[in-house]
Amino acid sequence: MERRVYLDHAATTPVDPEVAEAMARVLREVPGNPSSIYAEGRRARALVDTAREEVAAAMGADPSEIVFTSGGTEADNLAIRGVLKAHRPDPDASGPHLVISSIEHHAVLDTAEDLERHAHVRVAVVGVDGTGRVDPRDVADAIGEATRLISIMHGNNEIGTIQPIDEIGRVARERGVTFHTDAVQTVGILPFDVRTLPVDLVSVNAHKFYGPKGVGALYVRKGTRIATMQTGGGQEKGRRTGTENVAGIVGLGSAMRIATERRDGEAEKQRRLRDRILEGVRARVPAAVLTGHPTERLPNNASFCFPGTQGEALIVALDLEGFSVSSGSACTSGKTEPSHVLLAIGLEREVAQGSLRVTVGRDTTESDVDAFLAALPPIVERIRSVSAEPLSASAR
Amino acid sequence: MIERSEAARPEARREQQDLYSAAAVDHFTSPRNVGGVEEPDGKGSDTNPACGDRTTITVRLRDGRVTEARFRTFGCVAAIASASVLTELAAGRTAAEARALGPGDVISALGGLPERKEGCALMAVGALRAALVDAQVRARA
Ligand SMILES: Cc1ncc(COP(=O)(O)O)c(C=O)c1O
Ligand code: FES
Repeated sequence: MERRVYLDHAATTPVDPEVAEAMARVLREVPGNPSSIYAEGRRARALVDTAREEVAAAMGADPSEIVFTSGGTEADNLAIRGVLKAHRPDPDASGPHLVISSIEHHAVLDTAEDLERHAHVRVAVVGVDGTGRVDPRDVADAIGEATRLISIMHGNNEIGTIQPIDEIGRVARERGVTFHTDAVQTVGILPFDVRTLPVDLVSVNAHKFYGPKGVGALYVRKGTRIATMQTGGGQEKGRRTGTENVAGIVGLGSAMRIATERRDGEAEKQRRLRDRILEGVRARVPAAVLTGHPTERLPNNASFCFPGTQGEALIVALDLEGFSVSSGSACTSGKTEPSHVLLAIGLEREVAQGSLRVTVGRDTTESDVDAFLAALPPIVERIRSVSAEPLSASAR
Repeated sequence: MIERSEAARPEARREQQDLYSAAAVDHFTSPRNVGGVEEPDGKGSDTNPACGDRTTITVRLRDGRVTEARFRTFGCVAAIASASVLTELAAGRTAAEARALGPGDVISALGGLPERKEGCALMAVGALRAALVDAQVRARA
């Protein structure tokens, strides 16, 4: 088989073998429903409880503050819809009900849009600077009498920029507004402690740290008012009802424990590999534009735009040579809308079209990176030579 | 292990591994007739409204036949492959024949394109037709 080099860990990570084994054991050996009070049920319940402790411990939370969900999307939806449903805003109060940033994941952005359209929720969208950072003062300025929730992500999935959530959280605290952060790209990768961070709700996603897809969690600080989005049997203290995904939850718990144990070493190693990519691309590809913040960025994320190229073409060309990477504007549907994140940081549409995101992981080696750095320049060169854009001419 | 039916398996594998046909990949990785014809008889461009991508085609005509067609494309794999194969399809045809080439001809010459990539093939066709119309206008002038 051809050698593949997987460099898309922000999209998803392979399941850790120990996690897969723990999940397989649950599927084979634990038939019970955690709500049943007989032995099989109690055993399943114990596993769910242990996982809850593992997730809580990794974040400095109390186990009672962890609600299991079907992933990052559901955690974001539950946080936003749940908080706004719990706070019936005073109809006469002024200002937005919800404050978000312009570079949120679609799970937040489209949820806000949906609420705006169908639930009369007023939304304020705070912009970012050219590096993708939100200015906490802009958040403060956006808050009004009616504001009930701020939702601003921690690490951006496309360009890797990390937001000053501690400062934003302090603003939220001062103004008495609940603060949610989508930390799907950071929990399990960077230190994240709710005892020191002024956050009320945090979205977590197992498959970004070598756990299974389709399972995640929402941290809900004690005392935070939140309503349920689904109704049913009352599991998760009614906050997310439905029979628990026991194997998935066990997978999330063990992935979280392992990720925490390996976190600092991995972050250091991945940062080195990432920097090798940043420097290598800068040296070898003319007119490459680094996207995202130069230092305040996820340790595994290298992202660029290559003017005169187009995302899908880059990805297919690299795929043909054995590399798996992604693009904010890659789309096989015939509609390559440049990513809202790249437009929000002020890139022109045509430049944003040529975006490439490379995200390293646990198994990435220096030779993987070097192979990528050797493969990339001729591909960019070839696509530019076909391109009608004058940009490609001026780039050389 | 979940057993899938033997019959379903090869199909799934093909779909998963080949987003683009071998011919489309070939035209993408080794595009034919890239660039512009020197002192062209006609030049045309088209934009795919779905994404804003663009193709420009230039042609040379002799005795009413396309003797050379060249392209530049800022766009996806399908767009590049379509323009590349279309310049080959056009060469040797009469202007009228070349103008009759449609997205269906491009797609079948490429052995198919992924779903919803018709617009990308259509962009190549639009550029060629514009170039041929331009040639006609210039010839009359
Ligand atoms: C920042 C962020 N939020 C939310 C999600 C949604 O996760 P999922 O699709 O697994 O529900 C992702 C995953 O891509 C993400 O990167
Ligand atoms: S997606 Fe733009 S031309 Fe195909």
